[in-house]
Amino acid sequence: MLIEVGHYALALALALSLTQMVMPVWASRTGDPVLRGVTVPAALATFVCIAFAFGALTYAHVTSDFSVQNVFENSHSMKPLIYKISGVWGNHEGSMMLWVLILALFGAVVALARDAVPPVLRANTLGVQAAITVVFLLFILTTSNPFARLNPAPVEGRDLNPLLQDPGLAIHPPLLYLGYVGFSITFAFAIAALIEGRIDAVWARAVRPWTLIAWCFLTVGIAMGSYWAYYELGWGGWWFWDPVENASLMPWLAGTALVHSTVVMEKRDALKVWTVLLAILTFSLSLLGTFLVRSGVLTSVHTFATDPSRGTFILGILVLFIGGSLALYAWRAPGLRQGGLFAPISREGALVMNNLFLSAACATVLVGTLYPLVLESLTGEKISVGAPFFNLTFLPLAVPLLLVVPFGQTLAWKRGDIAAASQRLLAAFGLALVLGLGAVALTWGGPVAAPLGIGLGAYLILGAAMEILTRARARSLGLSLRRAAGLPRSAWGTALAHAGVGITVIGIAAQAWSVEALATVPRGGRIGAGPYTAALDGIVPRTGPNYTETVARLTIRARDGDPVGTLEPGKRFYASRNMSVSEAGLLTLGASQVYASVGETQADGSVGLRLYYKPLVLLIWLGAVVMALGGGLSLTDRRFRVGAPALRAAARRPERVAPHSVPAE
Amino acid sequence: MTRKRRRFVLIAVCGAVLAVALGLVLSAMRDSIVFFRSPTEVAGDRVAPGTRFRLGGLVKDGSLRRGPDESVEFAVTDTGSTVPVRYRGLLPDLFREGQGVVAEGVLEPGGVFRADTVLAKHDETYMPREVADALKAQGRWKEGAAPGTVSQTAVK
Repeated sequence: MLIEVGHYALALALALSLTQMVMPVWASRTGDPVLRGVTVPAALATFVCIAFAFGALTYAHVTSDFSVQNVFENSHSMKPLIYKISGVWGNHEGSMMLWVLILALFGAVVALARDAVPPVLRANTLGVQAAITVVFLLFILTTSNPFARLNPAPVEGRDLNPLLQDPGLAIHPPLLYLGYVGFSITFAFAIAALIEGRIDAVWARAVRPWTLIAWCFLTVGIAMGSYWAYYELGWGGWWFWDPVENASLMPWLAGTALVHSTVVMEKRDALKVWTVLLAILTFSLSLLGTFLVRSGVLTSVHTFATDPSRGTFILGILVLFIGGSLALYAWRAPGLRQGGLFAPISREGALVMNNLFLSAACATVLVGTLYPLVLESLTGEKISVGAPFFNLTFLPLAVPLLLVVPFGQTLAWKRGDIAAASQRLLAAFGLALVLGLGAVALTWGGPVAAPLGIGLGAYLILGAAMEILTRARARSLGLSLRRAAGLPRSAWGTALAHAGVGITVIGIAAQAWSVEALATVPRGGRIGAGPYTAALDGIVPRTGPNYTETVARLTIRARDGDPVGTLEPGKRFYASRNMSVSEAGLLTLGASQVYASVGETQADGSVGLRLYYKPLVLLIWLGAVVMALGGGLSLTDRRFRVGAPALRAAARRPERVAPHSVPAE
Repeated sequence: MTRKRRRFVLIAVCGAVLAVALGLVLSAMRDSIVFFRSPTEVAGDRVAPGTRFRLGGLVKDGSLRRGPDESVEFAVTDTGSTVPVRYRGLLPDLFREGQGVVAEGVLEPGGVFRADTVLAKHDETYMPREVADALKAQGRWKEGAAPGTVSQTAVK
């Protein structure tokens, strides 16, 4: 019964979003603020309905109600509770439910953000957001109904793909979707601005927090996915340039550019038309990612099932939104008031460089991801574009961008002085150079890329620190500390986020020193990788809730022979799926890890072992977390918390007058 | 700096960066793309020795032999032709005889394919799409003939 009510709630949400979509259009014809106001309760009610439907599906999964087809295909009564819950989005229908849930969540939050957004802009934004919700609800209801029943109900479910039975799945998709789908709200703001035909600093200030929120979640979501692939796939790699990974990287690159261009818009009232385009492109790339992952044109662990009708539907959504929004942009953008041009050597100039390099990098990733698909559909020739391509194209664009980062922070708005900026960064640069050269000397004969990358990362971190130091410097220490505490939180946030980039760069660079060993190891035998050796103490069987496991017990010793820990990599066999999955063993030593995975057990009791030593590998993901923390800190900046006084005044006045009271007009 | 000059600088810099990006893409396209070949194409001399490509097909029944220190030999077949493959490393969890596989590596002059990566499916019922298409082209495999439902999950 609950399932049917959930299904009904989903249909109700469709009707509510339709209302929410139509009302602002009607209101713009009649000028009736009441009609416009309907968008707010409609957005809230849509969210409640979708949340209820999602809850109903979750309940079916938790109670193992195999009369629901979705539960039967993706669950098992013996599955641990956490995977029963995360299994809700571990399949096509459920993941689309999560998509619309987050879509509606963002709509509801915007509806509640009373003072942050002018009423007309809010109503139009909610209308556009509702249009996206409508289309995706139609997609779920017509092609991917999660509430379909089975009669008679099977006794036992088919279980979730064992690769997805991992705590990573509980966290990674919700975070990633909060980022991916979060950009829908920025997109809705951009379309609303195009419809209204005006765009100014107030718009930028209204959009910026949402962009930052989405960006923070996407950053952590991608990092989480990368870490999951690292330990679950058992290859020790942290990024494979897999099309599915690229699908999440592209919106991140465009979103990062967007986060920076809205700053220019807010502070200098420039780059307006570009920012709107970027907002459209960012969400378009999110949609493209959804299409690539959900339509089955790619084969990956994320692609749950192929059904041609679904692919066609999502392609239709893609064409509708990307084509429609770009057409609207082409029509309306020339009428928008252009912002002023500015000096090339200035903070806004540096931010333009940031946008330029990020967009170019994003474009190369796009080409590398789509080229095989286009080539295959045109010529039938099958190719794969892998890491070598992206290393040759992405890295040469990323390195100059990273070199510019500290300059951007240091240069002043309007007219910067490159000599003064260089002078301020000299200490950071010198120190980073010493560190890099020191690393070269210490690891003489090793790969040069690692020390170079570490120097670059150190330069980023030190550059971020220098920025805070120079701004806070005063005659006495106490005064400096007070000044540092008084700096706007956005300044701290920027510095923290940039330092996070540096941390990630160091982690990536250090991977050039990672060591890999492979051997068939008999019981009592040893295998060494870098400064550590692993001794095989024995192979033991173990039983989990829905699997059996063969575990290799390893003792890890440092070079001097002292044991530093034990590892238990294993191979799990899931009888319900007749599938085995390797579980890597990870030993964390500081920021470095020793990583072991097992292969086949031979008849004589020896086992295939792969051992990696991964120096500083945790910094890769730690850096991403620091980046997101920086973004979060920026969000708490005074101007977002307090809101602009001009905006409040505008909101209180009668609406029809409101547009004229906006300062930038 | 005049307005005109500022605009010129902006456009020049954008043009330069985009040109560099385009150049990088084009040069990387030439060198780093890996083609997919079926055993029949390999047997038909469509592949020059020393070029890197992906070989896809079924692991031939009874062809898997394990050597010392995790080196393995097996044969990849599309039931028309067969190519011997040599690999050193841990095989993917779902690597089995008679099942689909994609291997990436180089063809040695002796006709042996030396793989450095072996990709198998990530689901017990899934056939890598490239392999399924190659087998279909050979007329050896029909839609629905694979065991169970064909649900697509990772070739990675």
